[in-house]
This record gives sequence, structure tokens and C-alpha cells, in this order.
Amino acid sequence: MLESAVLDVRGATIQYKTGNALVTATYRVDFSVLRSDRFVLLGPSGCGKSTLLKAVGGYIPPVEGEIRLGGKRVTRPGPDRMMVFQEFDQLLPWKTVLENVMFPLREAGGMSRRQARERALAYVEKVGLTRVLGSYPHTLSGGMKQRVAIARGMAMEPDILLMDEPFAALDSLTRRQMQDELLQLWSDTKFTLLFVTHSIAEAIKIGNRILLLSPHPGQVIAELGCPPSCGAVLGWEAAFETRIHGMLFPQEEADSA
Amino acid sequence: MPEADLRATGAPSAATLARPDIFRSPGPPVASDVVQRPIPLGERFYNNGGLRKLVVLALLACIWQGYAVYLGNGLLFPTFTDTVAALVSDFADGSLPSHIWVSLQVLLVGYTAGVMLAAILTGLAIATRIGTDVLEILTAMFNPLPAIALLPLAMIWFGLGEASLVFVIIQSVVWATALNTYSGFRAVSPTLRMIGHNYGLGQFGYITKILIPAAFPSILSGLKIAWAFAWRTLIASELVFGVSAGSGGLGWFIYEAKNSLDIPSVFAGLLTIICIGLLVENLIFRIVEHRTVRRWGQQT
Repeated sequence: MLESAVLDVRGATIQYKTGNALVTATYRVDFSVLRSDRFVLLGPSGCGKSTLLKAVGGYIPPVEGEIRLGGKRVTRPGPDRMMVFQEFDQLLPWKTVLENVMFPLREAGGMSRRQARERALAYVEKVGLTRVLGSYPHTLSGGMKQRVAIARGMAMEPDILLMDEPFAALDSLTRRQMQDELLQLWSDTKFTLLFVTHSIAEAIKIGNRILLLSPHPGQVIAELGCPPSCGAVLGWEAAFETRIHGMLFPQEEADSA
Repeated sequence: MPEADLRATGAPSAATLARPDIFRSPGPPVASDVVQRPIPLGERFYNNGGLRKLVVLALLACIWQGYAVYLGNGLLFPTFTDTVAALVSDFADGSLPSHIWVSLQVLLVGYTAGVMLAAILTGLAIATRIGTDVLEILTAMFNPLPAIALLPLAMIWFGLGEASLVFVIIQSVVWATALNTYSGFRAVSPTLRMIGHNYGLGQFGYITKILIPAAFPSILSGLKIAWAFAWRTLIASELVFGVSAGSGGLGWFIYEAKNSLDIPSVFAGLLTIICIGLLVENLIFRIVEHRTVRRWGQQT
């Protein structure tokens, strides 16, 4: 275990029930997230990466192993781990953009109205949505909704920001723009990020550390630095993407060889 | 060579045919009436729903008047103008307002009590599994039962008075409200629930700040349905008996007018019932809807 780890997951086996079956989503997964990491959980569907994120969020307790945040065991959801989901309905529809960002600051952060307003305004400005402050979520585009959700998560200044495929439901042009903006926000404030995706390209673009998971149940295949230490030449992304693809789908590689 | 093959071999050659890229610089600005043009006045009037309905109402009044004049029997079917005259005079001598007041008072008491009871039942249903079963069984049993059917029983239990009326109104309100509220709570999206828990809200905060607003469209439609049920039930019950003090409600007003063969007043009473129903449904509930679920985009 690393001393400076913000998040430490040790031997986490996570199971959930569907109807009458008990499904093992991840099996004995280990990883550590350090301060200011952009840590990506990558794997094909069915590798339990979203379930793993929900376990870190405190929604599902691991049946084996443990999850520690800042040395303290995670037992339930809390505002020290703000979540950003894929779904556009994650904003409270009865609150305006500003109120959505202020709500957790007031409720969980215990801030006064003025403090919360100031903090929320600063973060809404960071994601470039100042001109829609008073709008209700249903009037915003998908990308804008996700920006509000990100601003809301960041405004709490949590120990770690958990993102569950936040850009997966966006069109590809908006997605690229949002990825760039997220990296820009990160270089501003250096928050710690745990990011789930099934896109290898997105993982390479977002992450500084990528955890590869195998499906059924999710087990760690590898934990890679990004960019890889050996290959910081021009066009390294394409080669890295091919390499990761080969690690995630070894059978396919063998068949085509 | 068959034609299909020709096409197959012909296709790539068409695709590789040298075609230059096209670039265009925007020409002179497009005329403003092409970009945006006002809708003609007549069409705008026709697009106004309120106006259209007013025209239909006026038409109905004309048909009523025409038929009543043709029939010429004020005892069976008074004219529209007679009815309006009766309405005005009944309002002027204070008899109609006092009856309206009695009806509304009873209604408000029953409605409030019913909604509160529904809130308690729904709360229990959310909190415990046995509460869910209780609510499901009770609504399944009593929702199909017209509340008015309980009136004879209520008269034996509570006597000929306000208590019996309130009892049947509660009966008509509680199941509709509870059913809608409960299904609204169940339909709250899992994402919103997770968000609520993410903020570390307590049980009370979670219910009042996440569940209730998120389920508000269903809660509101439950309240609307309950209002309609309560209003109909009240008038029907009042037709059976007034209120003990002798000053009955609107239903009683109609009953008495019928007994004294004052048929225009019967029609005036009916019109009043319609108007109050419309007023509450289309004014009060509409305003609440506009301020809440429509503004939030939860209902279009």
C-alpha cells in the first residue's frame, strides 16, 4: 500500500443480485489512486468497471477486500466522493443551473447561502456556463448538462471525483470537446479523478494511469502509465491503443494471426 | 455482360471520377422575410386555444337558447337567459353564495384530511415493506368503490351532518392521492436517488428534498384527480341531505329548487357547480403546474 494514496482498493470482490442470480462483478481487484491522478478504469462491457466505481462511491459494499479513502474505510455514499453519471437526468430538474451546483454545497458542505453562491458561480464560470445560470436543466443541451454535473462535482472540492462514462451519451464532436475541457479543468485545479470508460481512445486521452479489466468477472489485466514511459514519440497514441486492444482481447488477436 | 455486373464495375469508376472540391463564399444577405415572417392575424387568432374555446362556448349557449325557445316549456328546460337571470338574482340575494360557502368549507376539511391521511399511508409504504402491502391492498379494495356508496353507512355511523360528508370525501380523496403519490415515488430515477445519497442527505432530507420534488408531477396529478372525485362526491352526497344546521350546500340548493319547481335556479346551481370545477381545475391547478412541473420540464 502506498503511503500517499488517496484511494486504496485491496482485493475487492463485488457481487450484486439480478433476479435470482448472484453475479460477481469484480474479483479481487487491487489498485491505488494517488493525489491528482487521472485514473481510468478501462474494460469491455461486463468487466464490472461501473460496479467498481459504485463500490468506491459507497453504494455497494465489497463482499471481500476493502476500499479505503484517505485511510478510512468506505461504508456509505458521501460528499467526499462526488459522482458524475452518464445519464442526463442526474441534475435536479426543479433547480436552475446555479441552484444545482449550490445544492450540495449547502446541504452537504454546510455553507452559508452567500458562500455557496460564490463558490458555485466560480465553478459554473470554469465550465463556461455563466450565461445559463438561471436556466432549468431541461432547456440545456446534453453537453451543457454534463458540464453542470462536472461543475457540481468539482465545486464540492471532494477528495476524489468519480465519473461513470460521463461523455458516452454525447455526440462525438461534443465528446472530444468535453474531453479537452476536462483536461483543461484538471490542469487548473489538479483534482483527483477516477474515470470509467469503455473507449480505449478516451482512456488514453484522459488518463495518466489506466487499469485494464477483463470481463466476467472483472479482474486486473494490467495497470499502465499513460503516456507509456518508453513511447513518447509522435503518434504514440495509435500504437498504445493497438497494444491495449491486444491486451484486452487476446483471443481476437490470436484468431486473426 | 449482364446489367448488374455492368453497374457493379461501373460504380467505382464513377466514384473515382475527378470531381473538384466546392467552396462557396456567402452571397448577399438573405432577405429578412425569408428568414422570419410574421403569421397572418386570422391564423394567430385561430391558434389561440382560449379564443377557440370561447367561440365554442358561445355557440353552445346559442344552441341552448334556440332549443329552449323552440320548446317553450320553462318547467322542463328554461332558456339560457332565464338561467342567467336566476343565477344573477340568486347571487344577489345571497342564497347561492352562502350555499357555495357551506359546500366549499366541507370540501376543504375533507380534502385536507384526505391528503394528510394519504401522505401518512404513502410514507409508511415507502418506509416499510408491510406498509407497501397495506397500501396496495387497501387501494386495490377501496379505489374501485365509489365513495358515495359508503354514504348510507356513514349516515348511520356519524348521523345526518357534516361528519358524514367529510367521511365520504376523505374516502374519495385518500386512495387516488395515495396511489399516485406512491407510484410517483417509485418512478424516481435511480440516478436521482444515487445523487441524493451521494450528498449524504438524511432520511428526512432525502424525502423532502429529492423524492417529493422528483415525484411532484405524479403527486400533482393525484391531487387533481382527488379534487375532481371530492367535488363530485360532495355534490352527490348533498343531494341526499343538506347539513344539519339547515343551511345546506350547493347540492341541497339544487334539491330545494327542484322541490319548489324553480327550474331556472336548478340550472343556475348546475352552472355554478361546473364553473367552480372549471375554476379550480383550470385556474388553481394550472397555475401550480406552470410554476412547477412545466417550468421544470417534467411535463409538457
